[in-house]
Amino acid sequence: MPREASPAEHALEARHISKYFGDHVALRNISLRVAGGDCVLLYGPNGAGKTTLLRVLASLARPDRGEVLLDGKKVRHDASSKFEIGFVSHASLLYGDLTVRENLRFTAHLFGLRHAEARINEALDLFAVRDRQAQLVRSLSRGLQQRVTLARALLHRPRFLLLDEPFTGLDAASAESLTSRLQHWTDKGIIFSTHSFEQGAAIARRLVVLEGGRLRYDGPFRHAPLAALGIRPSTEARGSKL
Amino acid sequence: MFVKDLRVEWRNRETLALMCVFGLLVVFLFNFTLETGREEALRGLPALLWVDFAFVGILGFNRSFAAERENACLEGLMLAPVDPGLLYLGKMLSNLVFLGVAEGIVVFAASLWYNFSFLPAFRSFFWIAFLGTVGYVAVGTVFGAIAANTRMREVMLPVLQFPVAVPVLIGGIEATGGALRGDAPSSYAWAVRLLVAFDVAFIVLSYLLFEYVLEE
Repeated sequence: MPREASPAEHALEARHISKYFGDHVALRNISLRVAGGDCVLLYGPNGAGKTTLLRVLASLARPDRGEVLLDGKKVRHDASSKFEIGFVSHASLLYGDLTVRENLRFTAHLFGLRHAEARINEALDLFAVRDRQAQLVRSLSRGLQQRVTLARALLHRPRFLLLDEPFTGLDAASAESLTSRLQHWTDKGIIFSTHSFEQGAAIARRLVVLEGGRLRYDGPFRHAPLAALGIRPSTEARGSKL
Repeated sequence: MFVKDLRVEWRNRETLALMCVFGLLVVFLFNFTLETGREEALRGLPALLWVDFAFVGILGFNRSFAAERENACLEGLMLAPVDPGLLYLGKMLSNLVFLGVAEGIVVFAASLWYNFSFLPAFRSFFWIAFLGTVGYVAVGTVFGAIAANTRMREVMLPVLQFPVAVPVLIGGIEATGGALRGDAPSSYAWAVRLLVAFDVAFIVLSYLLFEYVLEE
């Protein structure tokens, strides 16, 4: 009888990824492996390549060199890998003239989800937006839109979550709720970027630092040479994890 | 995709209203330059109609992808495990419906302003307009997606679209002229064959290549 793989055996992997925009090198020979259960903070200054790396991992951008693998198989042109990846970007990916529920229903159709309505209810409840389900997305605040975006990304229950600035626009309570969820999703591989190092450090178990498209550090927080990396966490964060 | 586009259009009624108003304006403006007698109308009307359809279509294709560009919804589509060719067909179908409705209104207005009845050749005219519109929309949907990712998208779309769609416009004008004059179908069959060949070639090519169009 075939053995079911544990979350840690599933992996999303970038191998020797380089990405150019004209003469500008956005990513330079980046290799990264994220297993199921990993929670990785992608950190770096503006223009470091965080968004580009997440887009490449999500197959939204084609690398000029290297490849992205999911469980050892190339992600490009593999439709099945899209079931395994949930992506949140700077943009909401939502249609402003559709209601919250219609947006999620459209996503459910695109993914061919069974029991779509039940899944939609579950996702709406998860991010506390069920009472807004009949509202047009256009009429929602930035924070509420972000919660719907997160619900959309999780609707198909992906094994890997790629979150680019997921806390943008969220109020304190929503940010705390998302922090708590990210800490408890131990069955998923999560890579997220945020400009608040303290917020990221409270969630992630592993730190990846990018600068100028290069990988400066990849490892546990405790061993990170923060001063050498130019990171100055607050005293509170230093006391909790670092 | 098709149902979603219809629903969005029903809510904001932007695209179709814009297309219809623009189409009517073109017919109205040409009204001052063309005589309204049947013989005179027969000479100028086919070209006027197809030029009008072409301009109205450009407006529609631009608007069609504006909705996908907003909030990066196009990326949302690319993240889904859906054959990009099917996305193309869905988008093409909604563009076809919008342009078809606008064309119907333009033709009705033209028949009133130019005092010209399309009824004697209505069936031939309908199928010629359908074939021409399918070809034009097949190209326009692809170029609309390409132009959506460029900075000068409003200018870029007609620059890309018109040269490639020339066979559709030639075939449409020639076949429409023949049908409205009441010529024997054999005399303009070549134009209909041109439309059919163009439709098949562009739908198949676009279906296969749409995946690369969606990529950055």
